[in-house]
Amino acid sequence: MTAKILTVDDSASIRLTTRVTLSNAGYVVTEAVDGVDGLDKLKAGEYDLVITDLNMPNMDGLTMIRELRKLPAHTGVPVIFLTTESDGELKAQAKAAGATGWLTKPFDPESLVRIARKVLGR
Amino acid sequence: MSNPDPISVFRTEAAELLEQIESGLLDLTRSLDDRAQIDAVFRGLHTLKGSGAMFGFDALAAFTHHCETAFDRVRKGDVPATHELVSAVLSAQDHMRALLETPNGDHDAMSASLLDNLHRAVNGAGSPAPATGALAAAPAPVEEAGGLREWRIRFRLPVNAMANGTNPLGLLDEMRDLGECMIVADTSGVPALDALDARDIHLGWDVRLKTERPRSEIEDVFIFVMDEMELEISETAVTRPAMAVAPVEVPPPTPTFAEREAPVAQAVNDSKQAKSAENVRVPAERLDEMMDRVGELVIAQSRLTQLAGTAADLGLRSVSEEIERLSGELRDTMMVLRMMPVASLFSRFRRLVHDLSRETGKEIELVTEGESTEVDKTVIDRLADPLVHLVRNSIDHGLERPEERIAAGKDAKGRVVLSARQTGGEVIITIRDDGRGVNRERVRAKAETSGLIAPGAALSDQELLQLIFHPGFSTAQQVTNLSGRGVGMDVVKKTVEALRGAIDITSKPGEGSEVSLRIPLTLAIIEGLLVRVGDGCYVIPLSAVEECLELSLEDDLRSRGRSFISLRDSLVPFLRLRELFCTGTQPDPHQKVVVISTGSERVGLVVDQIIGDHQTVIKSMSSLHHDVVTFSGATILGDGSVALILDVTHLVAVGQQQEAQLRAAG
Repeated sequence: MTAKILTVDDSASIRLTTRVTLSNAGYVVTEAVDGVDGLDKLKAGEYDLVITDLNMPNMDGLTMIRELRKLPAHTGVPVIFLTTESDGELKAQAKAAGATGWLTKPFDPESLVRIARKVLGR
Repeated sequence: MSNPDPISVFRTEAAELLEQIESGLLDLTRSLDDRAQIDAVFRGLHTLKGSGAMFGFDALAAFTHHCETAFDRVRKGDVPATHELVSAVLSAQDHMRALLETPNGDHDAMSASLLDNLHRAVNGAGSPAPATGALAAAPAPVEEAGGLREWRIRFRLPVNAMANGTNPLGLLDEMRDLGECMIVADTSGVPALDALDARDIHLGWDVRLKTERPRSEIEDVFIFVMDEMELEISETAVTRPAMAVAPVEVPPPTPTFAEREAPVAQAVNDSKQAKSAENVRVPAERLDEMMDRVGELVIAQSRLTQLAGTAADLGLRSVSEEIERLSGELRDTMMVLRMMPVASLFSRFRRLVHDLSRETGKEIELVTEGESTEVDKTVIDRLADPLVHLVRNSIDHGLERPEERIAAGKDAKGRVVLSARQTGGEVIITIRDDGRGVNRERVRAKAETSGLIAPGAALSDQELLQLIFHPGFSTAQQVTNLSGRGVGMDVVKKTVEALRGAIDITSKPGEGSEVSLRIPLTLAIIEGLLVRVGDGCYVIPLSAVEECLELSLEDDLRSRGRSFISLRDSLVPFLRLRELFCTGTQPDPHQKVVVISTGSERVGLVVDQIIGDHQTVIKSMSSLHHDVVTFSGATILGDGSVALILDVTHLVAVGQQQEAQLRAAG
């Protein structure tokens, strides 16, 4: 079965790049515009991987993943941060909140696919 | 499905971000400690930087990074938000627009000077400016291209890494995938056998990797182990190229973020952003193409209606009526697609007024009304410049200085009201100020010296005010920085008329002026009055038609030589279109006069027959006919024949000119 990925970013151009990159790699990609939207979509559907920005309006990526981990059905879904931040403290917080990985913007589309493959194992 | 070009998506997004940033900054000028706005501006800058670097706008990303850093410090309370800082970032934001539009242009000097300002605004005057070299520190690490290089990678995993699912062998395998590896294990940390827990990791590794891949790919190997490990990646000197071409050591992307606090959950209600996801962006030209198709459909449909009307076939008639209804609905839907709220037009004036207020020292309050009124996108684009001019005029000529206002018993703060409202098929945009009003004496003096009117000529107040729209007219005794930019009110008037609109001014001395623009909601479709002159059909835009009346034989005879009809006690000049178009036909026994007007000026057009109203799509004339001034375009009638659309402005001008000549002749 094709893996489903949710990409959460307030930047339309980043969402577009992420979506095109991952769809070309054979994944089914859904977009969300901020943490609130992301959380809504996560609650409504099943995803194999979440790729999210950190700094977003309405709800940031860290809060979103903390909320997500509180939901019994979603404790296990892997989450990768895709952000311009590269600060160690933030990364540690992300890890503590249950993040699986961290990719710094600007990113190389190939690394994104590589990471997706690594996490999803397909 | 084809995907849009990410770069153009980024450009659109960046333009929106810049608008958001600007609007946030302007809100901040009113209340400097508005946390929500500080966060919003920071986030805008942050996204702009990140996406900019992603799509190759390195100069923009590097420049924005500095502004973001400054705002981050404000956000964290390290430095206060000051008017200087907000102004510095406002100017910087203009520069970002330039960096976005011409990423390859030469912006370095400008960038440096703006950053200098910003630096002073953040750190206070007198502090040393950052080295201009800081500019080179793009947040995007420069990826050195190609070439086999040797890297030394030393890493040590946390003792409990395996319990967290990390497999060090996997990491080593991945490095082997990148190139030739020489791996040495550091066993110095391994405890004695009895103290050894098989699930713990005590080893460290020292890897020499020869690869053509960039450093980022090596870093990617460790991406899931993150910060708990010790990792050192360095390029070994052996394979480094000569010093002269050594890759520049790029500082870490965000050096000042070292002590960043955890971002708090941002509960800023940014509904605009949330909404954008439900919208589809379509290039404007696709809408134009579709509008053309719909236009052709409307024409074909009216031919069908005409045919069906003469046919006895009832089935054909009912289908024709159905198609008429559908194409009408399709046309209306299409029009709505092209509509945009004038808010997008009005929002840019907040900035203009802010700048002008600083430049002139006048206190100004800008009030906007009816921002949700929707107008055709083309109208919005073309109205921007005229409105800027009108607002500048109001502020420069209309509003008085605070002390003058207080002396005149007014509030020290001047008011400029921009409002929009829709009436029927038109939108009315007004620019109203509560300033000193138009100085009639000065208008008259200026018109006399420039020969527009004879000295002492008797003019009504309205006629006097209309002189402002005359080409080359400017009442400012000294050309100021604001209004003296070579665009006069005549250009404003021309632009408005090119949109088939009309401009009007009213003004009360001491109380203020109001300029109103009447613009049709759409440019693509015209509601017209179809008339016959000789053998040809012509369309008169219905918005300009005041009334239609019959030209009685006596009137016709009486008015020979002097083409005036008396219309409720006022004389209106008229033009015989039959003569104007040289039809060479005999006049119809019951000629009609169609009275048209542009604002305050009226003229009658004598036609042979009034056929009726006609809604149709405007086709512009070919370039071969660009010098034909009497017609503004053409349209296709139901039977497939062409009807020309009369240019109302031009005809009124001709009529008024004729009147003036006759008056002069006495």
